[in-house]
Amino acid sequence: MIDLNTLTAREVRDRVVAGDVSAREVAEAAFGRIEAVDASVHAFLELTPEIAYEAAGRIDAAVAAGEPVGPLAGVPVALKDNMNLVGTHTTAGSKILGPYRSVYDCTAARRLLDAGGMLVGKCNLDEFAFGSSTENSAYGPTHNPWDLSRVPGGSSGGSAAAVSAGMAAIALGSDTGGSIRQPGALTGTVALKPTYGRVSRYGVIAFGSSLDQIGPFGKSVEDCALALEAIAGKDPLDATSAAEPVRSYAAGLGEGVEGLRVGIVSDLLDVEGCAPEVRAAFYAAAETFASLGAEVGEVRLPTARHGLAAYYIIGPAEASSNLARFDGIRYGHRAADATDVLDLYTRSRAEGFGPETIRRVMLGTYALSAGYYDAYYGQAQKARTRIIDDYRAAFEHFDVLITPTAPSVAFKLGEKADDPYAMYLSDVYTIPVNLAGVCAVSVPCALDEASGLPIGLQITGDYFDEATILRAAAAIEAERALDLTPPLVTELLDAQAAEAGMAAQRDAALRAEG
Amino acid sequence: MAADRLTDVMERYEAVIGLEIHTEITASRTKMFCGCPVAFGGEPNTRVCPVCLGMPGALPVPNEAAIEWTVLAGLATECDIALWSQFHRKQYFYPDMPKDYQISQYDLPFCSDGRVSVEVDGPGAAERLDRGHALESGLLTGDAEAYTTVIGITRIHLEEDTGKMVHVGGAEGRIAGADYSLVDFNRAGTPLMELVTEPDIRTPEEARRFAQKLRQIWLALGVSDCSMEEGSLRVDANVSIRPRGATGLGTKTEVKNMNSFKSLHDALAYEIVRQAEVLDAGGVIQQETRHWDVGAKRTSALRSKEEAHDYRYFPEPDMVPFQFTEEWIAALAGRLPELPDARKARFVAELGLPAQDAVVLTSDTALATYFEDAVAAAGAERAKAVANWVTGEFAAHLNAAGIGADASPVTPGALAEIVELVDGGTLSARQGREVFSAVIETGMAPSAIVEQRGMRQVSDSAAIEAVVDRVLAANPDEVARYRDGKTGLMGFFVGQVMKEMRGQANPGVVNDVLRARLG
Ligand SMILES: [Zn+2]
Repeated sequence: MIDLNTLTAREVRDRVVAGDVSAREVAEAAFGRIEAVDASVHAFLELTPEIAYEAAGRIDAAVAAGEPVGPLAGVPVALKDNMNLVGTHTTAGSKILGPYRSVYDCTAARRLLDAGGMLVGKCNLDEFAFGSSTENSAYGPTHNPWDLSRVPGGSSGGSAAAVSAGMAAIALGSDTGGSIRQPGALTGTVALKPTYGRVSRYGVIAFGSSLDQIGPFGKSVEDCALALEAIAGKDPLDATSAAEPVRSYAAGLGEGVEGLRVGIVSDLLDVEGCAPEVRAAFYAAAETFASLGAEVGEVRLPTARHGLAAYYIIGPAEASSNLARFDGIRYGHRAADATDVLDLYTRSRAEGFGPETIRRVMLGTYALSAGYYDAYYGQAQKARTRIIDDYRAAFEHFDVLITPTAPSVAFKLGEKADDPYAMYLSDVYTIPVNLAGVCAVSVPCALDEASGLPIGLQITGDYFDEATILRAAAAIEAERALDLTPPLVTELLDAQAAEAGMAAQRDAALRAEG
Repeated sequence: MAADRLTDVMERYEAVIGLEIHTEITASRTKMFCGCPVAFGGEPNTRVCPVCLGMPGALPVPNEAAIEWTVLAGLATECDIALWSQFHRKQYFYPDMPKDYQISQYDLPFCSDGRVSVEVDGPGAAERLDRGHALESGLLTGDAEAYTTVIGITRIHLEEDTGKMVHVGGAEGRIAGADYSLVDFNRAGTPLMELVTEPDIRTPEEARRFAQKLRQIWLALGVSDCSMEEGSLRVDANVSIRPRGATGLGTKTEVKNMNSFKSLHDALAYEIVRQAEVLDAGGVIQQETRHWDVGAKRTSALRSKEEAHDYRYFPEPDMVPFQFTEEWIAALAGRLPELPDARKARFVAELGLPAQDAVVLTSDTALATYFEDAVAAAGAERAKAVANWVTGEFAAHLNAAGIGADASPVTPGALAEIVELVDGGTLSARQGREVFSAVIETGMAPSAIVEQRGMRQVSDSAAIEAVVDRVLAANPDEVARYRDGKTGLMGFFVGQVMKEMRGQANPGVVNDVLRARLG
């Protein structure tokens, strides 16, 4: 029998609805996989079997009764641990939220579960999503299922690793400067950052409010499309969520890219540090688009290269404000024996926050201070406006823009940990997309010959045009038909098959004897 | 603080006062950025949710009704309404502020550049020592007894209120010496309008009158219950003084904790004299916040503002900016009720009331409405008589009972009936007052009380003559003394007649008959 954890969300859902397999069996299989691999991967900070089995019971009862079930019925799902859900911890990867338990639900998470998703657990992340490797988690790093000595990317590294290693079919992440797409690229998963406002941010612990967006990881483009359909749409609890109608994103995925105008963002490719294998894979993907009938040309985003600088002002500025509430007064870690309220604040925060968090809070506080505001925050906002203009101009001539997702394949744990700037450069292709607020998807486009590690292609689309980037991604996915099973899982499956084979032999031998 | 001390100081110094008035929009059913109800008091932390508690991940959604109320308040105070505005975050750490930033407005408030005219009369008008000159130069209008001054409104912006701290173990609930503090977030997130005036106010009385006038406007709008006691109307004052004739500004202090209009007046009077004493002694004024102690009748330094706060304002990224249209603003303007100034003018023009009566009646929206209802019942020709009753007997009754005009057992219809009975001569004024009291006590209709008590005024000359004759016959000595010139005894004879007639005689007729008999 096939291992249920290798199926896509769509395949799982179809089998559950058809009654071929029960939701309970799917959940058991997912927890079996977690049991088998997560000790070495560490994708999860918390497992939620009660929630998963409760959902499985409801779905199985509905199927048995012939009642309608959701579009993701019986699909094992995971959440980045910065999303609130009653009955779970929500740490944001920080010690300061160690004692905190969610008192309300994040809208996107609620919608995912209402669509039939079965929550298996909450995933590791860089503390407050500050990072590109998941090494900044206060609860230890996540390892890349493709090579346990390497990072899974970040900040949504746990979510990416969970999907990559088959521990969940769909996982949600949050993306402020690339935190979904970059780990997607590094773990060989499809990773979507929707348009700003497409998905409610309510209940997701904020990093950069004007940049944050929630999106899915999946094993296939179709799974990401289904997940987006489930979580997108106006939310009365998020004033920045858009009323734009939600489209059937999975419907037109197979329509191909004939005549699609694809722009190669040539000036971003000159930015320092793009590895040759990434560059090669990227141009090969561009050629594939051309061979499929797309009109491929070059486009310039002249201000995009200043995105990194603008981002490291705006992101920390908003974060410094958003993180003020973690003060030890109402919830979370509180320093013991404070002498007065100032002592309570300073020690609770100093004890609760990790070094990267402290660095960003200080950066942001400085950038908003009297006398510096205009030079930093004001200037960064001007750059942001120019970047938006660049994208608007580009989308007058192109339907989608392509770049690599990340400048390199997954790097080693510790390799960039002491060099924040090198780490920040991991997001050089993804950050301008958040500054503009448009949508982008990372789709695996190659496996590096030398290392065997996956490489991602970033496809960026116009505001609320997720349908087009998903269609383009589906074309690459179909054309490449990569086997994206990480070695860790292949070994596991082989061992299981060997075990099954031995068992079969044993049975045959026993029958022969009998 | 003796008034003559203030007068002495004001002869040498001019005070420059600006007010910051916070008004909770109690008309809003829900808080500014969440769905929790707006109310006063209650068990601590019972009207809270993830948003107004600042839980991780919660987001604010602006309350459109509160924004409309703020724009209405701006229109009522002749402000310009911004077509483009937004919220900012004002950042500082304090335990009563759940997010450790307050969503407020910075350089793009909803309303700016307005004005409110304030009438000052009575003894308080004398605080303005330069009013003769100011009247001549056109700065003020009116006369030496009563004048009107126009106070500029710098801005009105909208923000969220904080929670409340309870300090346990210290003196008088203050933080100094407290063992620990508790926080109640029921109030946190209540829509709060902050109005800032220009430094146009020159006397404590003008400050008091301005605050009262603003309260009347807010009550007429219905935007807030404006209770200074419950804190839904909070007035802070910035005050500095300068030598008469100087044009520069002195160092100001900010005075807080004035929980009544009287406190506002008294605190400012105290602070002006205190500053003068410091300057007279060769000292310098510290820029600081001072706390009014209503018991001790003095201000004391609360915290120094030497190290000015850097609030690190930046645009609130959780909300999109607001873009209003002229049409939307015009539609709101169409919703404005008649405001106190317009009502006052109408009372004078249409009902022929003296300006003074109109000012008193329109100082309280409920009172003015009561008056209008009573006039509608009694007829416009009795407007002056109704006004006399409303500003006299009725106002005294409200004051004694501590209730508003709309809560009195004397309905406008009942008062109109009493006015008609007195005006038509059926009851004497004294009987009218008796009936008024009886309505309060029994809740019965005036006509029923008159019926029950047989309180018809006797105007029949023959009946009165008979009694007068009896009284005169019974008091020959007094009659003789009256005729010798002790005309003051007239009151004695009237009293005796009234006593015999159980107060029901028409006093005019009694007087006429007595004068004829004694003359
Ligand atoms: Zn609330």
